[in-house]
Amino acid sequence: MTDTVDRADEVREVERIIIRFAGDSGDGMQLTGDRFTSASALFGNDLATLPEFPAEIRAPAGTLAGVSAFQVHISDHDITTPGDAPNVLVAMNPAALKADLHTLESGGTVIINSDAFEERNLAKAGYEHNPLEDNTLDGYTVITAPMTSLTKEACKDLGVKPRDAERSKNFFALGLVSWLYSRPEEPTMLWIQEKFKGRDLVIAANEAAYRAGNAFGETAELSASRMTVRPAQLPAGTYTNINGNTALSWGLIAASQQAGLPLFLGSYPITPASDILHELSKHKNFGVRTFQAEDEIAAVGSALGASYGGHIGITTTSGPGVALKGETLGLAVSLELPLVVIDIQRGGPSTGLPTKTEAADLMMAMYGRHGEAPMPIVAASSPADCFDAAIEAVRIALEYRTPVMLLSDGYLANGTEPWKLPDIDSLPSIDIEFASELNGVDSEGREVYWPYVRNDDLARPWAIPGTEALMHRIGGIEKQDGTGNISYDPANHEFMVRLREERILKIADKLPPLEVMGDDDADILVVGWGSTWGAITSAVGRLRSGGTKVASVHLRHLYPFAPNLGELLQRFDHVVVPEMNLGQLTKLLRAEFLVDAKAISKVSGQPFTAAELVTKIQEVAR
Amino acid sequence: MSAVPVTTKKDWSSDQEVRWCPGCGDYSILTAMQLLMPELEVRREDTVFISGIGCAARFPYYMNTYGMHSIHGRSPAIATGLAMARPDLDVWVVGGDGDMLSIGGNHLIHALRRNINLTILLFNNQIYGLTKGQYSPTSEVGKVTKSTPMGSIDQPFNPISVALGAEATFVARTHDMDRGHMQEMFRRAHDHQGSAIVEVFQNCNVFNDGAFNAITKKDARDAMLINLTHGEPVRFGVDGERGVMIVDGTAKIVDVAEVGIDALHVHDETAPDPSVAFAISRLADDRESPTPVGVLRSVQRREYGESVSSQIAAAQDTKGPGDLHGLLRSLPTWDVS
Repeated sequence: MTDTVDRADEVREVERIIIRFAGDSGDGMQLTGDRFTSASALFGNDLATLPEFPAEIRAPAGTLAGVSAFQVHISDHDITTPGDAPNVLVAMNPAALKADLHTLESGGTVIINSDAFEERNLAKAGYEHNPLEDNTLDGYTVITAPMTSLTKEACKDLGVKPRDAERSKNFFALGLVSWLYSRPEEPTMLWIQEKFKGRDLVIAANEAAYRAGNAFGETAELSASRMTVRPAQLPAGTYTNINGNTALSWGLIAASQQAGLPLFLGSYPITPASDILHELSKHKNFGVRTFQAEDEIAAVGSALGASYGGHIGITTTSGPGVALKGETLGLAVSLELPLVVIDIQRGGPSTGLPTKTEAADLMMAMYGRHGEAPMPIVAASSPADCFDAAIEAVRIALEYRTPVMLLSDGYLANGTEPWKLPDIDSLPSIDIEFASELNGVDSEGREVYWPYVRNDDLARPWAIPGTEALMHRIGGIEKQDGTGNISYDPANHEFMVRLREERILKIADKLPPLEVMGDDDADILVVGWGSTWGAITSAVGRLRSGGTKVASVHLRHLYPFAPNLGELLQRFDHVVVPEMNLGQLTKLLRAEFLVDAKAISKVSGQPFTAAELVTKIQEVAR
Repeated sequence: MSAVPVTTKKDWSSDQEVRWCPGCGDYSILTAMQLLMPELEVRREDTVFISGIGCAARFPYYMNTYGMHSIHGRSPAIATGLAMARPDLDVWVVGGDGDMLSIGGNHLIHALRRNINLTILLFNNQIYGLTKGQYSPTSEVGKVTKSTPMGSIDQPFNPISVALGAEATFVARTHDMDRGHMQEMFRRAHDHQGSAIVEVFQNCNVFNDGAFNAITKKDARDAMLINLTHGEPVRFGVDGERGVMIVDGTAKIVDVAEVGIDALHVHDETAPDPSVAFAISRLADDRESPTPVGVLRSVQRREYGESVSSQIAAAQDTKGPGDLHGLLRSLPTWDVS
């Protein structure tokens, strides 16, 4: 709306706003949130998002189980989380209000589609009285708009059927919220035209609904509620707004380019990992082969087969899939071939909470195989960081000829943040050479190829089929070091078990030392891994600005640990470990370093908020 | 590429000591294969044998090619990844009835339906050998083993019927007592574009000795093996006195004198519909009845790896080769100065 500029002086400037869009699964709240986010990204805000949706594709309409929400935090400065309590809640129906009102800050703003607050919907949500008419919303700023009927009205003359028009009501909400928080209209209009190309009526309806929402803000005299968040002062560069699964997919492609080897993805669909399969399937022009296997076991098996053939074998899954892949991972450990297993963790055990986040697969990543079967573990810390984490996982797998576990989670997978695009020339190089020459002499003095001869890193040579004269056999039976021949010799097995551990631990020799953030002379060290990075960074920042001395360190490598971790832990009186599990890293730290590390656990299916961590860390400080 | 070097059996034999039980049928299959390889005009370095677990799965160790002895049941999946990544290779898969039809049954049928370029050899001895004698998914009902002291109550798979049900494009059966026939089947399977499966009746002389004697012993073969030859009437017996007719979709064994030679089914391995081949596969559910051997089905369908490669080529044609800089800018971007 052009008026935005004219009335700019009426718009209150704030540093940040947290908005939560909530509605029925069929109301299009993910799309609404996503559009608001994109417009804010292009406007130049820093931001972080948290989509939350039910596991059912269409949960019963109007029920609490069917509520789908999208939280976005926009800011004029660097932020790392989707925010604590939202300032604004958009509730498209009574169930959304019932489910999410408790998350809203006290005195916050509620924007309500009043058309949806009729008897049937109220009953489905479990309201005995209409919350718009009793004292439920006392103390909040309430903006009600008959979104459904106004959308229908706006579409009346367009030739759109009323039922179809109703579907555009999320664009009414978006138009209204965009007016209230001064978001530019253009990106959304362009998106509508692109997305619905060829469906002119849908374009017209969505545009009309958006403008009607915009106009409602003006005519209903809501100016007092208007705010804006100025662009953030971020480091210079080109930015894009990216979620973790996309960043991870692109990281795999980048690693493939850096290594000069083709990428092979074997995968079986599973929430919340499937989007990586979808994304990589779009990029066959990079030479990427994607294979939707018959099951999780075939997915990892095919990836291992591709690695044997000289490709970068990748398999993507979530916890239940990792459980199924375990035996093949043991084989990969024994074969000493590169392989990257990507676990987008979700709430467990069993089917658990497929669409909710958790980080309780660390022990499975560490120990979820029979025998002594060590695998390096790399974890991503933010949506954009998934790009770098993917490159690191591939680098370790290729250079050390080992399967690697890469841990992300549902929150990183779907959450977004602005990402300063890296300079491609600055990406880490991955230098790999296949074996091409004989490397041993047999008992009769003949030159032969031995698959288990080792280099300085204790990695074996990688001779791929098709290489003349290097024919050899490998397998899951214990083999003699060097020759690779089957060996049941007790001393050899003992040697090989220890060697397999040693060679993985040796990876740490070349890892960069960890750097402590915050106060080096603090009593408390907060140790994080995975997606807790955002909340920890924000919490530590708040505590320090409040005068509490605190330090933090975030682990990229969970196995082996960075070489200076033990020394670093010893320097602090208190070590606390926020984890979205019951203390798995905590146990590893205690076992490895004999420190009295204490877990701060959360297993509700939602990420930590910074506020929660501030409170918990303060308890330790006292 | 220079010409494929001339090789002998010795060139295809690895330096590893063969460790099957003396008298095992696997020896004759290995010999047949090592003798056949020099005739296939392929290079050892371009040949890969992948196996799962079981007695048969030791096979790759004895071939002087590339090879992987993997885990139980998964060889078709691992081989699928390799064949997709490396269509230039000859990938063979070797396994037994437990490996391929029990723990790995799912991978087998999916490999077959996809028609990926694998040559799959299923050594069927109707018993678990390596775990010392439990009944297998091809053991007959009533079989007394360590795990079935009162007799097996499981209906067995007929591997040929399973393969045809999965619409495999090449399906054949042979047995370990006839090197020439084995080699012919292996050669045909190797030359086939797509997934090819050969069931090999293989004697386990320790845990299931003589399981196929009634049909594969030299003096029994004429009467008990129904040799299928493309384009020929299906006929068997010492004097060719018996034959096979297809009646209402079912295969029936008939006396030629009774029905006349023109009534016999003329074998067509290239029939697009697998129904008749399936009917023929149903002729024998035990190892005491006349049993079809030879190529039951050999049809052309697009090979999976070729489809994979052509999609990549098409993507590169339309989008150009991958450009990472462009990919990172494929979502909306903004500049901060």
